[in-house]
Order: sequence, then C-alpha cells, then structure tokens
Amino acid sequence: MKQAYFVRRLVMFVVVVILAATLNFIIPRLAPGDPIGAVLEELRARGASTGGDAEDEIVAAYRARFGLDQPIHIQYFRFLFNTLRFDLGYSISYYPQKVERALLRALPWTVGLLALSTLISFAAGSFFGAMMAWPRAPGFLRRFVPMFMVLSAVPYYLLGLILIYVFAFVLRLLPLGGAYSSGTVPRLDLDFLLDVARHGILPALSIVLTSVGFWALGMRGVMVTVLGEDYLTLAEAKGLSERRIFFGYAMRNALLPQVTALAIALGTVASGAVLVEVVFNYPGIGWLLYNALRSSDYYMVQGVTFCLILTVAVSVLVVDMIYPLLDPRIER
Amino acid sequence: MSQDIALQVNNLRVSYMTGGQEVKAVDDVSFSLYPGERLGVVGESGSGKTTLALALMRLHKPPAYIMGGEALLDGSDILALEREAMRQTRWSKLSLIPQGSMNSLNPVVKIKHQMADAIEAHERGWTRGRIAKHIGELLGRVGLPDSVAEMYPHELSGGMKQRVCIALAIILEPSVIIADEPTSALDVVVQRVVMQTLNDVQEQLNAAMIIIGHDMGLMAQSADRLAVMYAGKMVEVAPISSFFSDPQHPYSQLLISSLPSPEEKRELAAIPGSQPSLLELPSGCAFHPRCPIAEERCKQEIPLLRNISVDRRAACHLVEV
Repeated sequence: MKQAYFVRRLVMFVVVVILAATLNFIIPRLAPGDPIGAVLEELRARGASTGGDAEDEIVAAYRARFGLDQPIHIQYFRFLFNTLRFDLGYSISYYPQKVERALLRALPWTVGLLALSTLISFAAGSFFGAMMAWPRAPGFLRRFVPMFMVLSAVPYYLLGLILIYVFAFVLRLLPLGGAYSSGTVPRLDLDFLLDVARHGILPALSIVLTSVGFWALGMRGVMVTVLGEDYLTLAEAKGLSERRIFFGYAMRNALLPQVTALAIALGTVASGAVLVEVVFNYPGIGWLLYNALRSSDYYMVQGVTFCLILTVAVSVLVVDMIYPLLDPRIER
Repeated sequence: MSQDIALQVNNLRVSYMTGGQEVKAVDDVSFSLYPGERLGVVGESGSGKTTLALALMRLHKPPAYIMGGEALLDGSDILALEREAMRQTRWSKLSLIPQGSMNSLNPVVKIKHQMADAIEAHERGWTRGRIAKHIGELLGRVGLPDSVAEMYPHELSGGMKQRVCIALAIILEPSVIIADEPTSALDVVVQRVVMQTLNDVQEQLNAAMIIIGHDMGLMAQSADRLAVMYAGKMVEVAPISSFFSDPQHPYSQLLISSLPSPEEKRELAAIPGSQPSLLELPSGCAFHPRCPIAEERCKQEIPLLRNISVDRRAACHLVEV
C-alpha cells in the first residue's frame, strides 16, 4: 500500500512534467507565422534587400537548421527529448549562451532567497499563529492579529520599495540591490557569504514580513478548531505537560493543512519572484524572465516557464513524499 | 469511615458566566463514592452531568467556573490544588473515559505512543521495555491484540477505539475513573460488550467509577447506585435495585414509567413539558411546573437533598421519610 502510494506520486510527477513541456511546445506554435518569417520581417523593416531565389534558399537552410522542415510530430518528439534532457536551446539575447546555463546560474539565487525566506516565514508564522490561539499564551500576542492582516494585504514589491527607501537610501545601512557587491568574485569564503547575507536581508525581509501574516492567520484558524477536539481534552486529562500538549497534540495536527499550503506556496513563490527580484535587482530566475520578456528572447522565456513548472512539480512531489509521515491517514 | 471513601464531593457548584449572567450548571452537588463502587449519574441533556465530570477533573473551560465546594480525593481537595499538583493528580488518581471516543485519540500518533506519554508525564521512571510490556498487557486485558499498539486510530473500529480508551484509563491504576457516556457512540451490541470490559477492569482494580449517561437499561446492568440529576441538582440518590422498584422523587418515577417493558404492552408515559432553561429556573423546586403532585410549597421553597432512609436520599418536599 505504501509503495503503491509512492509509485502513484512519481508517475503523477512525470505526467505533469511531460504535460508542461507539451504546453511549452504548443503555445508558441499557436501564434501566427514562424520564427524564421519573424526574423525576415525584422530584416525587411531594417531595409535589408530581400526577394529572389537567394531568400528562399536562406529560409530553407534556416528551417532545416532549426528542424522546422520536419513534420510536426517529429518536431514535438525531438523537443520533448531535448527538454527532458534539460537541453533548452540557445538564448537569443545572449547568443551563443545556452538557456539552461543561464537558468542554472540564476536558480541558486532564487532558491536561496525565496525558498529560505518562505520556509522562515512558514515556521515563524505557524508558531506565532499557534501561540495566538493558545488560551494560556500571553495576551499581548493576540494584538498582533490586525497587524498581520494589514501586512498580508501589502504586496511585497511595495514593501520592498519602502524598505529600500528607508534602510538603503535614507539610512544607508544596507545595499540598494544585487546579490553581492559588484567587483567581488563569487567564492565560498566567510567574507563573500556575509556580503551575500547583507544583500539578502532586505528582499528576504520584504517576503517574510508580507507572508508571515498569511501563515499566522491560517495557523490560528486551524488551531482554534483543533483545540476544540476531544483528543485535546483527553491529552489534558492524561496529565500531560502543557508543552507536550501544545507541540505533540495541538500544533502537530494543526500543521497538516499548513504543509499542503506550503507545497503550493513554494511553487508559486518562484513565479512571484519576478517582482521582488526586479525591485532588488537580484540575479535570479525572475530577473532572467523579466529581461527575456523585454528582449523577446523566446527560448529563454520558454526555459524559465518550464523551470518554474518544474519547481512547482518538485515541491509538490517532495511534500507528497513527506506527507504520509506527518499524517498516516493519507496513505490510502 | 473517611478511609473507606474514594471520592467525597461536597457542595460543588459550577456556573457558566454568559453575558454577565450566572448560569448554574452544577448547583450544590454532594455525594460520596466508595472504592469498587459504580455510581451511575443520569439526567437529561443539559442537566449538568458532563459539566460535573469535567469539573471533577478540572477540565472545564471558560466560561465555566467552579464557584465553590470541595472534592476530597486521597486526603486532598483536588479543586484547590496548584496547577502542577493537579496535573500530577490527573490520570494517576483520577482518570477519564471520554464521551466522544471516536475523536478522543490523536489521529496522527500511534496508539502505543499515546499510551506511553501518559506514563511518561507522571515520571514513574519506567524503562521503555517495561512501558511496552505494560501497554501490551493492558491491551490484552481489554480484549485487544498486541498489534493494536503499532496502529493509528483510523485503523481501529469504534468499539476498538473505546477499548483503547479503557486501557488508557487504567494505565496508572487510578482510584477513581470517570466514564462520560462511555458507550454512547457505539451500536447496541458493541455497547454491552464494551461496558462489560469496562466493568471487569474496574473490578480488578477495585477503583471507584462514575458512569455518566442517559441509557437507563445500561445503568441498570452496570451501576451499583444511581444519582439522578435535574437542572443542575441531584434530586435522588439510591441503590440501583430499590431505585427501579421504588423510585421516590416524582421525576424518577416519571423516568421509570417512561421506560418500555416487555411484560406489559402499554402506551409509554412521557414527562410533560421540557427541562427548564437554566437561565430562567422556576422558583422553588425546579421540577414543579412538570410535577404531577406539586403543591403551593414546591413553588416557593427549594427542596434539599435529604436522607429518607439509610442508603437513599431525595430532594422533594412530598417524600415521606
């Protein structure tokens, strides 16, 4: 039964990835015209002389080179095969750089910044929310509820701008943007890591501050329900310590829906990264996508999209794999 | 004499404070409980049975408050204990078999861990091996296989879950067990079997037990004495056989005449009216508006629970001593 569950999840993962790649193949081809035609249009617009047999030959040569002369299903399978090998083609703006190289360089920054700040926000928010619902917690905690509500309504790029203005521009405590000081070479030593941390504080803070309310309020809601359950009464009747009841019985159960939400959040956070990274000039996936869109770098856009879908699928898969350990009822 | 009493409750009062008003859910309740004895507590919904059970374990939640009284267990008043002392008293001297057993076990923790943490919370200094052995033995005593220890609550049937709760209740061998409608979530066949299991383990421990419920048939089978509650007060306390053969309080009489009997086919008697709202209790005896023999005096004076024979007590002006 356990193995069947894991196999099902894995198959599901593969299906999602193939479907995503397929959509990535179909959508650009739904647009009228073809890439070679588009390039020619551009050349004509610049006043290049066209026409004649020479043009037809050039077009045919390029079509053959990009495989566009093949029947559509051959193109599809070739594309699928390449995508699954993580061969995503050449970037147009940074030719001849490969898309996957740019992605791999940007990914650690995005994962490091966003995944870390989301996890911090999740942990802090869930604990805070649980405490807000706990009857014998200090009363001042409950006063944070309106503050969390306001914070979770503020878009993080807006908070990001405010933070930059206050801490980087006016107070000059922290850098304005970037992932590390310009001029330094990325390497693994303490100075560089401290520099990265200094650059990460503001973007991370803008994400943590605006999302911690979401986790806290969600946790508080579930916690109130769990506190009314009979097993909490019995736990107290058993004479368990308050700490044990709080962590082992109340929080343990209230966290379950939060973990599901975390899987979704980890996925969407990658796509939501665009704005934070643009605001902070942070060299991650979002920044890459923003620049690719501005310069009509189709292969790069395709690559980033596929990468984002992959992130969602992987984070859902990881949570799916962990979930049975948290909730034994799920294994059916 | 006091040595022979497992639990002595004196003038216990529990109120719900709602909207600035005091609602007396348990009003001046006193009773004694002897070792090995099973005291049934019956009453309609809202008569204060469950509030009484929760207050004795000090598990009542605001807006419920204990307004007065004492509960002497093992020489100390558990209503006056410090929080930590109360925590230690719970389960080691006074355990609970909960009402909603379907939901009384933590759904994401294995049975053995839920049993073990009760032992660990009371720092008996037992080794892991001893705890595991004890759990296995207890599961056996309530008729469950050892393998249940490794299971999660969702893998058990309702009857099995309630057996786990029974095993759990006796894990520290308490002197008093409070069973709050222990079988109300089960079907009739399972009810009898589970009740029998509960009675057996209680007898082996010689623990005193309070059984709360409204199933008179089940009470007749299990309880030694019966206490009837009405609108927060105990109105009659009597040994089970004399209660059924010769109920004294008019409410008890109506309760018994509303029970079906296989010997005579008759229209079942219903008690006229309904239980009064605790917010607006009638003056005098709370039962007088529904009482067939009420007199003028019943509307003015609240009857006290008084001794009417050696082992019986009733709260009615009209009962002859």
